[in-house]
Amino acid sequence: MSTLAHIFEAHGMATVALGSIKSQIETTAPPRGLWCDFPLGRPLGVPSDRDFQHRVLNAAFELLKSPEPIFSEYGERIIDDGTEVMSCPMPPRHDPTLHPAIDEANGLRPAYERSIGEYGNRVGAGRVVQADQIADAIEAFIRVSEGTPWKEAGVPGIPARVSQDIRGYYETAALALSEHAPAAWAGTRWFLDETEAGKVVMAARQAMADAGEKEPIWFYMAPGDR
Amino acid sequence: MADSDVKAMTENLEAETFDEIAFTTPVPLSKAKVAIVTSASLHHPTDEDFSPMDTGYRILQSQPRDYVMGHWSPNFDATGYALDINTVFPIDRLDELVAEGKIGSVAEQHLAYAGNQFDLSAVRLDSGPAGAKFLREQEVDVVLLTPV
Repeated sequence: MSTLAHIFEAHGMATVALGSIKSQIETTAPPRGLWCDFPLGRPLGVPSDRDFQHRVLNAAFELLKSPEPIFSEYGERIIDDGTEVMSCPMPPRHDPTLHPAIDEANGLRPAYERSIGEYGNRVGAGRVVQADQIADAIEAFIRVSEGTPWKEAGVPGIPARVSQDIRGYYETAALALSEHAPAAWAGTRWFLDETEAGKVVMAARQAMADAGEKEPIWFYMAPGDR
Repeated sequence: MADSDVKAMTENLEAETFDEIAFTTPVPLSKAKVAIVTSASLHHPTDEDFSPMDTGYRILQSQPRDYVMGHWSPNFDATGYALDINTVFPIDRLDELVAEGKIGSVAEQHLAYAGNQFDLSAVRLDSGPAGAKFLREQEVDVVLLTPV
């Protein structure tokens, strides 16, 4: 973002760049930069909080009054301490003949559809795996976790993208099951740590790493600190 | 896993630097046309998805606001955007600022690039200037840049 700010200014437009990572925005030094210590993925801070978002924008546009390049820090911070996990009821076991992750994914489908109906498909399935194919994708990762090379396991695309679609499917479904807007990362922690599908994805990722697959193939299946 | 753990992974990444800081003095905000440019890899469902290491941009129309996030990085929270596009792309907020007379107008078209790029030379030399030219042709005065 800060790189683009330099380019746009050179083409005659004034810019205000928001930044989520202090070291990056300080180093690249956009002409007008506002570091907002908010979780990654939430540059305006709080979803569905009009007043909060307006306060951020007001602070950003204030920088346009400066007669020279300026860097500023936004006063309010949102700190994720890594503990909050999304709380939502899971569907009961429906078909005991299925792997628990597949049964779980099938059971979340109504919630997923409700969420799509309310919000639209903004981050859900559909990049390479449609909602109808989520169970097949999970099944492929189950095979990977059991030792089948990923290229022979029927993974329907680049593993990182397939994993994103599964995570997006789950996080989108969870929005319809939770009574509260989730804190940042709470949905991701829920998916990775508390769902059967998340455990499958992580097991497949570990199996690929153990098998000596190239790191870029498996690494981006989950956040990099995992 | 905490947000700070993910941010810490970027500490050793080399950030772009510029020898000189270009600086454009803006028209008064109340008369300015404002566009949003985001690195959230947003695109309309009917437009091409972003590929890995995609250094191009997609044009985002002000309407319909059906933007899909096509980011390849798993290293951010996506539920905020799933709930409210303004968490990343505050176009409703800009409309409200226009109604209040605080900004002149909102551009009809905006831009999305893909964040999480390790080599920005193509952005600096090609897609960045091309995006700037596109916005200037719309007579955009002020650009708000939002990162993901």
